[in-house]
Amino acid sequence: MQPRYDEMHDAGGNVRPHYRAFDDWVRHTPAPMLEHKRREAELSFHRVGITFSVYGEESGSERLIPFDIAPRIVPAAEWAMLEAGLRQRVHALNLFLGDVYGEQRILKEGRVPKDMVLGNAQYRREMQGLAVPGGIYSHVSGIDLVRAGDGEYYVLEDNLRVPSGVSYMLENRRMMARLVPELFARQQIAPVERYPDFLLEILRQAAPAGVDAPVVAVLTPGAANSAYFEHAFLAQQMGVELVEGADLFVHGRMVYMRTTRGPQRVHVVYRRIDDDFLDPEAFRSDSLLGVPGMFDAYRAGNFTIANAPGTGVADDKSIYPFVPEMIRFYLSEEPILHNVPTRQLRDPGDLKYTLEHLPELVVKEVHGAGGYGMLVGPASSKAEIEAFRERILAAPEKYIAQPTLSLSTCPTFVESGLAPRHIDLRPYILSGRRIHVMPGGLTRVALREGSLVVNSSQGGGTKDTWVLEADADGANA
Amino acid sequence: MLCRTADDLYWVARRVERAENTARLLDVTQRIAMLPERLDRGKALSAPWRRALDALGAAALVEARYGRIDAETTTDFLLLSRDNPSSVYNCFHTARENARAQRVAITAEMYEDLNTAWLEFRGLDARVIRQEGTGAIIERVKTRSAAFRGVTIGTLGRGEGYHFLRLGTFIERADWAIRLLDVVASEDDLPDTGEARDATQYFQWSALLQALSAFETYRRLYRDSVNPRTIAALMLLQPDNPRSLQTCVDTLHNVLRTLAGGESLEVVRQAGALAARSRYALIDEIIHGGLEAWLQDTLDRLVRLGAEIHRQFMSAAEGHAPSSQAQSLQVQSQA
Repeated sequence: MQPRYDEMHDAGGNVRPHYRAFDDWVRHTPAPMLEHKRREAELSFHRVGITFSVYGEESGSERLIPFDIAPRIVPAAEWAMLEAGLRQRVHALNLFLGDVYGEQRILKEGRVPKDMVLGNAQYRREMQGLAVPGGIYSHVSGIDLVRAGDGEYYVLEDNLRVPSGVSYMLENRRMMARLVPELFARQQIAPVERYPDFLLEILRQAAPAGVDAPVVAVLTPGAANSAYFEHAFLAQQMGVELVEGADLFVHGRMVYMRTTRGPQRVHVVYRRIDDDFLDPEAFRSDSLLGVPGMFDAYRAGNFTIANAPGTGVADDKSIYPFVPEMIRFYLSEEPILHNVPTRQLRDPGDLKYTLEHLPELVVKEVHGAGGYGMLVGPASSKAEIEAFRERILAAPEKYIAQPTLSLSTCPTFVESGLAPRHIDLRPYILSGRRIHVMPGGLTRVALREGSLVVNSSQGGGTKDTWVLEADADGANA
Repeated sequence: MLCRTADDLYWVARRVERAENTARLLDVTQRIAMLPERLDRGKALSAPWRRALDALGAAALVEARYGRIDAETTTDFLLLSRDNPSSVYNCFHTARENARAQRVAITAEMYEDLNTAWLEFRGLDARVIRQEGTGAIIERVKTRSAAFRGVTIGTLGRGEGYHFLRLGTFIERADWAIRLLDVVASEDDLPDTGEARDATQYFQWSALLQALSAFETYRRLYRDSVNPRTIAALMLLQPDNPRSLQTCVDTLHNVLRTLAGGESLEVVRQAGALAARSRYALIDEIIHGGLEAWLQDTLDRLVRLGAEIHRQFMSAAEGHAPSSQAQSLQVQSQA
């Protein structure tokens, strides 16, 4: 087992410099006051209705994602490295997508296996040869990071389709600013509040050429979707319409929305619908969520879909191992952020190794998401491991395996007081003419002791993420 | 504004107003049913309840579903029934769901208020009604409706959304002004003298005034004892009564003119005709010509107006070239 890395305390149990203000605050705040603040946060989230629906529960059920008031704090020097690494990675991923749907240089030179890309379920033939505005495919990216026992950050996965959770980043910050203003006064915490402005900026930049005042809308599958709150929140924060497929129609290869004043042209949608459901004429014909003809309007250059269809070919778990190679290939730079060493079970040698070491490994479905369809070896029973072994053997190419990283821990308020719980981090990166790396992101926390699964659908919670703008003297981050 | 948004907001307001008026209908019916027996010896106990359901065209449905019409079954149908799309339970459920879908278009306070109302009525059942009494539940419904109206007026900007909410409120209330009058009025109740015929009649018309919170208004305006003819005038023609037909159709006309922004639209013409019709009417003429026919004609016009509102604002057809107005709004909204 690897050593464990705690964000607040070093191996000797001393409080790290960037946590000293927080530590001081906790020591000087009476327990009933802390409890009161926790309750206030919970009540407020309930009242405002920041909820998410859980698949599999009775329809219309809404649940609150637990919020923890102990922040995850990142020192300035550490963030400078992460920011550069994220910028580099997302830049390379966008170049990769442009290449795959363009000249395919990286495939021709054999740096990424051709069949793995062109045979990938996420590859969209319809995008081939299409020039997209600004060459940007993934306008909004969420890159999942973890810090392992060695203190190093690793990229766990890239999310380039419709990454969610950013509303929690914003709401958590709003909540913390209300609950503990005194802590914001004691240190410089980088602001994340401008996210909606930046998002609107890059969406407008994505408009078809020659449009002066582009109309942007957020496209949602509807109120029954688990992330509906976020769709509504972002539309409201940007001051644009929140549309469903039925609100849009295509006429003369242009997209319009149905308004009380008649049809109104729409130039850009920030869509929160999967590729498959965008347009029944281009993709799945049984989609009731999409807009017939929308993809054709996109192809004609009259309309922009953000993120572009087909970005999944770059964030697929089978492509993930090649991202460092993309960075070297397109940018001629060494990757700043590490990948987790990954075994592809399509490879007989890797399969053999994995089957022999299942109790130590994490095995993931290549197309799985949300913590479904994965095995965390060290946390699983013998029976669970054996059941999973059968699933792997039935279709090894559907799985990858990684060493179990000992996710870093962060102090978290639980029944017995502050206790360490495992966390990850999803920073958000917006790509337009400039790349905006939002300082912070969504920290998810596994609330169950020892658990490594942070997904909200599996009992995870969230924390505010504080990036310090300057490190205190004597910090050696 | 999106057609769907306008439609949802319009129905949020209609649902809330419908819940309130359903409570008021229950109120007037309960008062009439409590009429001392010595005054109303001839009538079966179910008569007032049947009459209330008749006003909604639901008597046959309730009879088929429950096998009888009485206080219990009518109360269940109007307050709790999951099968009755207009029950108070369903009104608040639908209103809250529509508001949730449109939370971008309304204020957080408005959504929180409807959410609270829904959480309150979600738990309502026959046991709670027995414990608290129907009267207490009626008051709760009226209070929730008033709260939502208040929070809307107090927090929502006066844009299109506000106007569509007002349309919903007032078209629904206009409809109920007629139906509630219909519960107590019948041709032979309105003789030329306008005097209440007997104590029973006096009691029924008083009950209507009380259920509509209009007793004080009546006294102030007419300084008269309870008189069916004057009450009909108060309900239909009196612009000082916030629940009169006249108030409702005037408001609809004004809101629609605002929405039309100077364009001459069929929907504005219809609302204007409706407003003029009652503004220049005399109650005696209406009664001479036949009150029931006049009420039915008004209901039909309200239905046509509702359809025209939907056609004009909530169903932008495909293939239309965008109007110049839409273009100018688009620039504004992005400015």
